Amino acid sequence: MREGLQEIVMPQLAESLVSATIERWLKQPGDRIDMYEPICEINTDKVNAELPSTVTGKLVKILAGEGETVDVGAPICLVETASAGAPAESAPDSGDAAQPQARQAAASDGDEGAAPMSGRYSPAVQRLAAEHGVNLAEVRGTGLGGRITRKDVLNYIESGRASGKPADSRSADPARQPVRSSGLHLSEEPKLPAIEVEAAAPGSGEYFIDVSPLRHTIATRMRQSVTEIPHAWTMIEADVTNLVALRNKLKDEFMKREGINLTYLAFFLKAVINAIKDYPIMNSVWAVDKIIVKRDINISLAVGTEDGVWTPVIKNADQKNIAGLAREIDDLARKTREGRLSLSDMQGGTFTVNNTGSFGSILSQPIINYPQAALITFESIVKKPVVIGDMIAIRSMVNLCLSLDHRILDGVICGRFLQRVKENLESYSIETTTLY
Amino acid sequence: MAVMHYIDAIRLAMEEEMARDEDVFVLGEDVGYKGGVFTTTKGLLEKFGPERVLDTPLAESVIAGAAIGAAMYGLKPIAEMQYADFIFPATNQIISEAAKIRYRSASDWTCPVVIRAPIGGGVFGGLYHSQSVESVFFGTPGLKIVAPYTAYDAKGLLKAAVRDPDPVLYFEHKKCYRLVSGEVPEDDYIVPIGKANVLREGDDITVIGYSLPLHFAMQAAEDLEAEGISSHILDLRTLQPLDKEAILEAVRRTGKVLIVHEDNKTGGVGAEVAAIIAEELLYELDAPIMRLCGPDVPAMPIHAPGEKHFMLNREKLRDAMRQLALY
Repeated sequence: MREGLQEIVMPQLAESLVSATIERWLKQPGDRIDMYEPICEINTDKVNAELPSTVTGKLVKILAGEGETVDVGAPICLVETASAGAPAESAPDSGDAAQPQARQAAASDGDEGAAPMSGRYSPAVQRLAAEHGVNLAEVRGTGLGGRITRKDVLNYIESGRASGKPADSRSADPARQPVRSSGLHLSEEPKLPAIEVEAAAPGSGEYFIDVSPLRHTIATRMRQSVTEIPHAWTMIEADVTNLVALRNKLKDEFMKREGINLTYLAFFLKAVINAIKDYPIMNSVWAVDKIIVKRDINISLAVGTEDGVWTPVIKNADQKNIAGLAREIDDLARKTREGRLSLSDMQGGTFTVNNTGSFGSILSQPIINYPQAALITFESIVKKPVVIGDMIAIRSMVNLCLSLDHRILDGVICGRFLQRVKENLESYSIETTTLY
Repeated sequence: MAVMHYIDAIRLAMEEEMARDEDVFVLGEDVGYKGGVFTTTKGLLEKFGPERVLDTPLAESVIAGAAIGAAMYGLKPIAEMQYADFIFPATNQIISEAAKIRYRSASDWTCPVVIRAPIGGGVFGGLYHSQSVESVFFGTPGLKIVAPYTAYDAKGLLKAAVRDPDPVLYFEHKKCYRLVSGEVPEDDYIVPIGKANVLREGDDITVIGYSLPLHFAMQAAEDLEAEGISSHILDLRTLQPLDKEAILEAVRRTGKVLIVHEDNKTGGVGAEVAAIIAEELLYELDAPIMRLCGPDVPAMPIHAPGEKHFMLNREKLRDAMRQLALY
């Protein structure tokens, strides 16, 4: 390895990202850093990641502080790297470096040779130690050759908390440990807003909630959408009596065979996707001097959680059948609930569908998922008296609400589009519809 | 609920599916008058007649080929390979035809065939009646592969396989036939293909495997419990597609993982499981990923000490699991 000072730069975490924010430094100047060891947590639109070090050495200087937003490619810290022999000489200088201390601890424990594994840390141990700020020199290893095991660290954290040393509450719950995906640490857990009650100011009738990164992103996107896009809104009503009968007939068998729910949403998505195929302009973006029409139909699906709303994407939705869509919906909803969405799950949406009926709404006026051209909602299915010919019948009716970018779309085209969605929905029937 | 042997659960699944759907039929060597060399199909001929229980010539490519053709025309054949060792003449039919027809025809044609084959050793079957053939088919997209360990799963997975719209290889372990028994509901249920199952919960080590070795892992876990070592055991049940989420969850639980199977180590299913863990969970690992598998020798030896050396057992599992726990 090259000797001297090296910069660690902000990597490009995903194609579309231009910058990221430093959430927290896990290493401080003077700390020893191993290759691939997480040095800080960074924060991008809706995704958090730990940044692994690209070099081995000693952290000399932090160039971008916590909360600072850094462009991709810009340096964030300086690391002093040394040739292979050097760390042994420099180790005694850095008194707080973990490894020498571990060796001292082992030596003071008795014969140094009796604990040959005490300085070798597994990835799990290193990560836990970094997350909880544990000095591994203080942990007693019970594994092979005095190795510190993951359980040793967990026990240490547990006992430390009991003796009044508070561990970092944000990562204290092992059940919520984030998923690791292809080398980068994608911790998708939305941070729970820390609720602080203002201390005993008499008569204070308010309290504050920290704005989480997710909340911040939602706020930014919503504001951008309503300020940039001239919204217009329209609604249509469809008769889904046949669809209700069809789904009731198929859902149990489908559950048995596929192990997932056959939701109305899958049928609705298919109806919308087929209508988009007929009116591709719905699948476009305003680019000031031109309109970009997207060939791929990637449906952003609005999925609500306790903390906010996410819009994971069903890619190439036009190439999926109803069963395939049902599976995708189930998969994305589950990933969202479990906080396991990856950056790629969130990218590339061209048109958004929101199943507002799922929380009982019968009418909504949604804000477009910027920079798409339109967003459609599927409201609650409600039984209503309807006039057919000169008779009154009880039919299952549903409202579909469309918000549109009036720079791209006008009433006529949207009316035709909605009419097509309606036709598609109403043409589902037990005789003709297949799931596969 | 009835307690029954693994083999009886398999027979019951076929019987129920044949009664439920007249498109379901079985074919294979000696499956009719003899009722199968292991008695797996015993009684089916009497119950469903010679048109739905076909004794075939000793030609596995014909058994698989005829079954695949019938499946493409809408029937639901259950083809039996008398021993998994004999499946190789049918490999071309399975890999080149059954696995590819949906893809090749853009879903115009499908092939809902089930091919049952008894795998594994431990019955003194020697070179040609003991092989584990999973790895031969494992890397072939288009095939689903299941390998049940419990009697409950043996029935539920076979019923799921019959109803699956695509080809399913059903690998039953012949040593499990009468070694493994358990409660099996006598009504209709399926075990979904693609879902693994936690057999035992624990927090020191994770054992991942399928089929017979899990029997030894469960026994070893009992032994180790007395030593204060708690084992988390995951039954893959389906080998293709692997239940990746369940694998990751099981490993995350302890950070130490042992993968077991009887098929030989090199290029086995465990290699893929290990790769998935290495790709996704490096920073959760607290010990090197460990595998305990059959040795890389051409086949099961035909002498008792050799077979004992080849097969996994309670002691081998216990030693490996303890070694991992102590790491």
